Amino acid sequence: MSVGQQAGSPPHSKKRPSRPLGDASAARNISKGFFVKLAVMAGFNAGGVYGLLSAWAVGTWGLFAGLVVAVIVANWVYFSRRAIPGKYLYPGLLFLFTYQLFTMAYTGYVAFTNYGDGHNSTKEDAISAILSYNEKRVEGTAGYPLTVLEDSDGDIHFGIVDNGEPRVGDSEEGFTNVDATTDGTRITALDGYTVLGFGDIAARQDEVVNLRVPISDDPNDGSLRTTDATNAYVYRSLLEYDESSDRMTNLETGVEYAPNDRGNFVSPDGEELTPGWRVGVGFENFTKMFTDSRISGPFFQILVWTFAFAFLSVATTFALGLALALVFNDPRVRGRKIYRSLLILPYAFPGFLSALVWRGMLNERFGFINEVILGGAAVPWLTDPWLAKFSIIMVNLWLGFPYMFLICTGTLQSIPGDVLESAKVDGASPWRVLRSIILPLLMVSTAPLLISSFAFNFNNFALIYMLTGGGPNFSGSPLMIGSTDILISMVYSVAFESGVKQYGLASAVSILIFIFVGVISWLGFRKTKQLEEL
Amino acid sequence: MSAVTTPETSYTLRDGKLRGASWWKQVGWRHIVGVLGIAYAVFPLIYVFSASLKPRTTLTGSNELFSEFSLINYTNLFDTGFSDWALNSLFISTVTAIGTVLMGGAAAYAFSRFRFTGRRASLTALLIIQMFPQMLAVVAIFLLLLSLREVFPFLGANNQLGLIAVYLGGALGVNTFLMYGFFNTVPHEIDEAAKIDGATHAQIFWTMILRLVSPILAVVGLLSFIGTYGEFIIAKTVLSQTDKMTLAVGLYQWAADERNAPWGLFAAGAVLAAIPIVVLFLFLQKYIVSGLTAGSVKG
Repeated sequence: MSVGQQAGSPPHSKKRPSRPLGDASAARNISKGFFVKLAVMAGFNAGGVYGLLSAWAVGTWGLFAGLVVAVIVANWVYFSRRAIPGKYLYPGLLFLFTYQLFTMAYTGYVAFTNYGDGHNSTKEDAISAILSYNEKRVEGTAGYPLTVLEDSDGDIHFGIVDNGEPRVGDSEEGFTNVDATTDGTRITALDGYTVLGFGDIAARQDEVVNLRVPISDDPNDGSLRTTDATNAYVYRSLLEYDESSDRMTNLETGVEYAPNDRGNFVSPDGEELTPGWRVGVGFENFTKMFTDSRISGPFFQILVWTFAFAFLSVATTFALGLALALVFNDPRVRGRKIYRSLLILPYAFPGFLSALVWRGMLNERFGFINEVILGGAAVPWLTDPWLAKFSIIMVNLWLGFPYMFLICTGTLQSIPGDVLESAKVDGASPWRVLRSIILPLLMVSTAPLLISSFAFNFNNFALIYMLTGGGPNFSGSPLMIGSTDILISMVYSVAFESGVKQYGLASAVSILIFIFVGVISWLGFRKTKQLEEL
Repeated sequence: MSAVTTPETSYTLRDGKLRGASWWKQVGWRHIVGVLGIAYAVFPLIYVFSASLKPRTTLTGSNELFSEFSLINYTNLFDTGFSDWALNSLFISTVTAIGTVLMGGAAAYAFSRFRFTGRRASLTALLIIQMFPQMLAVVAIFLLLLSLREVFPFLGANNQLGLIAVYLGGALGVNTFLMYGFFNTVPHEIDEAAKIDGATHAQIFWTMILRLVSPILAVVGLLSFIGTYGEFIIAKTVLSQTDKMTLAVGLYQWAADERNAPWGLFAAGAVLAAIPIVVLFLFLQKYIVSGLTAGSVKG
């Protein structure tokens, strides 16, 4: 969308007042670039206006406000003569603000709500959903002979004849009067619509049966529905919502449901109506992790395992990589180039594929490791809690050692030879040289890389998810989490895979990861000189 | 541990060739370690290559290495969603790479060539933001795309452009610094000379600077390509329809499918999917290993 926006900028803009060519007038200087910019901006603004209109239509006000700001800033930046750096920064910043900063802030907001299944939307939506879920056919009302129509977009509408007037409507619009051909009781043809025959209706049965066309703007009036596609009946909710008192009343039993601060309508004896709507719940999502015994136990195990996994990943890969680097850091070994290029193959192979290949090789019954290397053993590599952890570390060692091998080789080669030579002259043993000279020098240059490797593994979702899926799962926890889950895979599982989706809780875990990653990065940050170079 | 004989190397070499036992003691064992290391590094790759050449399609039959030779899995791939996934992956990774290069390059140009209020603060902010991988906000990204879908259907959930837009949100953070350093190495005198000749800042950027920094543009573009190609969690969250998936999401489905276990297909798909990345990777080795890009791809 906006990648091309930096294309061209006014050729007449002046960066420095002391421009030697004098003041060439803009009119003489209009170039191709200006027209490119004009075209791109026209396209951008058109898209922006379209977005504003449809955001208005569906009532997503946050998006509406964001779009207003984005469009105004874009026009100011690209048509002003002053904001030159802005012309180069705007496209990147637009994406950065939308997809990184906003999503971070939104994570923070969601973490303090009960957003999730059962609390997915606003109170208004929840009310109309409750009313429609509890609809029943109103006994004794006459049916309307029904025509099922399809508009040019393929959406289904109901057509009826009400008091001699043909009317058409769908779930969003409700009924409006139309100028249709009727046979007295039924619409037979209408411009812009196709009357669906029996076969078409059978093919789209679900859509037809689930369509409810509201009779009026007041949801309490009920709606028209059909079960056989030939007659429509008035369905009305068993419940009635009264806006002034903010109560739901069951018309049959007379029970009143009042909204509570959890985002549900509840009767005096505690019966809840679903769905609810999302409300702020304060720190509940955070305290749940530590106090709800069914969650806090698994959560602490996951927390400990996340740190252990990240630490062991770095330690094992670094140890093997360093050992191999030391072995091959000897000019007398021939063919070192061949060794090196073969040794880094695991690193070149796409990580997600490696994890999947290992998943197959570690399969308990048919895997290569059990069948061939262990001669038909049935070691539960991925299904036993401890062996699964071990397997993950081992697979990650395979994935990660070439990286450490490469950086260690590079650093070893940069250690000056005279330092080592003088140590030898002083009679230091090889072990002593390694411990007192090579390792300290190596750590200076690799420490920031080790820290970023730690941070990376801390969130190594793909490896965990693809190898074990986080399993074997903890029993007795309401969440689909298991003993090899790390925090980020717990987030994914809580948000998308645990039966009841709990975006609020998942976001709260995300916030914790943000904090951990921030601290880790800060530690690494102090070791680099990047800041000084700004 | 005799690995620590390293420091001796420089002199023993001068003493002439080693023979027999002392050669084994000082050099020969290193070859043994090397061969063992290579066996460890390469056998899973050999295994998957061999599995892809079996006519059978399940995990059970894949264990005897190279006992049979058949290309049936490769030809069968094209009756499945594989070609869709490959094209999707190429499309998404290419567009993301181009967008990343253009936006990162433009931002680096602004930071390197202009002095404006908030410049230092923005650079510091970018440095901080890039520490937090986008995937930490995966839930919020999903929810954002759900609401975007109602306004801009092409940017919403289950749409590839929407996924690309999400990836481009990470374009500035990681890459601006890599580029910024390189842009600074291009002498300012070149811009000044062009300015005196009447060039506008846009002309300087598009026709001069971008050409002078083209090596770093290529590196950033290819790194971004590799990174996007292997990205899994956001792609899995955003794309739910089979024909819209990327290779990472699609192949995951095959490998995780215990019931049908299309292992032969998976192996063949994995071999094909890996080739472009392995080639790019070996080509880009030294940039990937340098500290600047640490963590941006994997490790």
